[in-house]
Amino acid sequence: MSHLLDIQDLEVKFALRTGDITAIDGVSFVLDRGEKLGLVGESGAGKSVTGFSIINLISKPGYISKGKICFEGNEISSYSDEQMRKIRGNRISMIFQDPMMTLNPVFTIGFQMIETLQAHQKISKSDAREIALEKLKKVHIPSPEQRLSQYPHELSGGMRQRIIIAISLLTDPAIIIADEPTTALDVTIQAEIMDLLQELCESDNMALILITHDLGVVSQVTEKIAVMYAGKIIEYGSTDQVVKHPVHPYTEGLIKSIPGTVIKPGEDLVQIPGMMPTLTNIPPGCAFNPRCYLKGAICTTQTPELKDVGNGVSAACHMK
Amino acid sequence: MNKDNTILSIKNVVKHFDISGGFLDQLRLKKGKICLEKTTVKAVNDVSLFIKKGETLSVVGESGCGKSTLARVVLGLYPPNSGEIHYGGKRIDNLNHEQMLPFRKKMQMIFQDPYASLNPRKTVQQTLEEPLRFHHPELSGNEINDKIDQVMEQVGVDQAWIKRYPHEFSGGQRQRISIARGLILDPEFIVADEPVSALDVSIQAQILNLLMKAGRERDLTYLFITHDLSVVRHISTRVAVMYLGTICELAKAEDLFAYPRHPYTKALLSAIPVVGAKRAKQIKLKGEVPTPVNLPTGCVFHGRCVYANQRCINQIPALLTLDNGTQVACHAVEENRVIS
Repeated sequence: MSHLLDIQDLEVKFALRTGDITAIDGVSFVLDRGEKLGLVGESGAGKSVTGFSIINLISKPGYISKGKICFEGNEISSYSDEQMRKIRGNRISMIFQDPMMTLNPVFTIGFQMIETLQAHQKISKSDAREIALEKLKKVHIPSPEQRLSQYPHELSGGMRQRIIIAISLLTDPAIIIADEPTTALDVTIQAEIMDLLQELCESDNMALILITHDLGVVSQVTEKIAVMYAGKIIEYGSTDQVVKHPVHPYTEGLIKSIPGTVIKPGEDLVQIPGMMPTLTNIPPGCAFNPRCYLKGAICTTQTPELKDVGNGVSAACHMK
Repeated sequence: MNKDNTILSIKNVVKHFDISGGFLDQLRLKKGKICLEKTTVKAVNDVSLFIKKGETLSVVGESGCGKSTLARVVLGLYPPNSGEIHYGGKRIDNLNHEQMLPFRKKMQMIFQDPYASLNPRKTVQQTLEEPLRFHHPELSGNEINDKIDQVMEQVGVDQAWIKRYPHEFSGGQRQRISIARGLILDPEFIVADEPVSALDVSIQAQILNLLMKAGRERDLTYLFITHDLSVVRHISTRVAVMYLGTICELAKAEDLFAYPRHPYTKALLSAIPVVGAKRAKQIKLKGEVPTPVNLPTGCVFHGRCVYANQRCINQIPALLTLDNGTQVACHAVEENRVIS
């Protein structure tokens, strides 16, 4: 049986006056029904662009230059805008980072929810309202009827993010792409939102792509993880395995640099020297080689491919 | 210096902000009568704490709990409405601008967003020499340059970058430059307001290591403001947990994380995602943080607390010192009603 989402060798470029730069370079992964995948990396690693490209939200000058994205067996990367609109926000929904910016401040919550439903289905206003209410209840919003007539500014950040999740659920999507859904929120609210996403995935057999820089969040929510660096997936496998026994030196460094994982309080954290290269200036060979403690001669000349390193994990490193 | 080594003490500090606006905004209709009503944000309410020389005191809490306001009040950036701030035994909250100058040299601040805290029109050189020229007009050009070189080396900024502007640097490098600016006057006391929150994980580790190294080498005292509890655990000597403008628990870092006492601290700690471990059951809080405009009566946490009773609604709990030195403001802890 085919996978729910199958991304093969995706390459996204941005055409600049100075020439094309490659933001995503040969990314492949699959996602099945009900599966939760974490896309992890630092800013500029290409994790958000990967998320956007799935529902073709890449705007000019960016474009998908190579590769295939298949959803439920159909190649959606070749869809026209018209066809894509039937998928985007309908079968695949997206939740963005900042709940303050995602909702339109001049319309009520109810208006925005009903509008979304009517954009995708032939449905009467009162039926749409019923569905909206049901979804608000599903994300545990107190007094949902009252919320429908409220404006976004009347709600707190955590409440708005719940509303956004409710909107993304309206059309019963098969996949939710959540791009840093809790970065703008406090830890106690973050924990609640993550619990909610997890609960929804399990009850509705929905797949989740969680894009985040927070390894802690990923390790508690997802089953699979893809670590990205400079536009490539450098380690991919079961979350448990990758987090406990990282193979790639970057993943290892990333985990050890988080306070409280390996290093005792007060001692120096393990730090990865330097910083991620900008996309215009990716070093030849392995993009991580200038920062790597395992670097060998081959690393500066040949780009490593993802290869199986056992335990269901694959990593792109010559030295492993 | 005091004999007990206290470098800074804050006594019953209150800071309220008037947000009522102009005359027309203040008009209210009450029981058929028009009256004027002021609206104030009660950001910090009766906070007392002290910081010992060489220690790192972290203040944690969620957004809006008043932690940044507290930091700014300490440095005299906001005048407190009431209460006292003593630095090295001398009261500083009532000093005028000129009397404050010698203290400004000793107390420096590092801000959260290195994109906003550096002047985009100044080169690194200009940014770093300005405090020196202002506070030490007696220094010659060469002496100033030596000092700048020395500080830049310490924070790991390449000296070839001295003529560059902030936009040429990444976030981590900018934060290094802000730290260099904070260190250049050889301060004793540094207030760091979320210094690593805007940075990526691998860069965050570099900056935390740098701050700890500078602390050791220069015998600095830090007041560290952050919402990131794993950072707090790593760098702090003592931790104060704030909720809605009041301190609810103040303890040694290892005690706080091993035996949190206050119901809010417990909920906060249970919410931290830990890498590689399935989360222990999160302690869920009812409702949301109330607004600091209308503070709840009694204990500010009572509306969300599972242990709250009539006393919590009526009476504000005082900080109570327990056997191990932990201070906690909770009636339920005092009456032994909290099940751990």
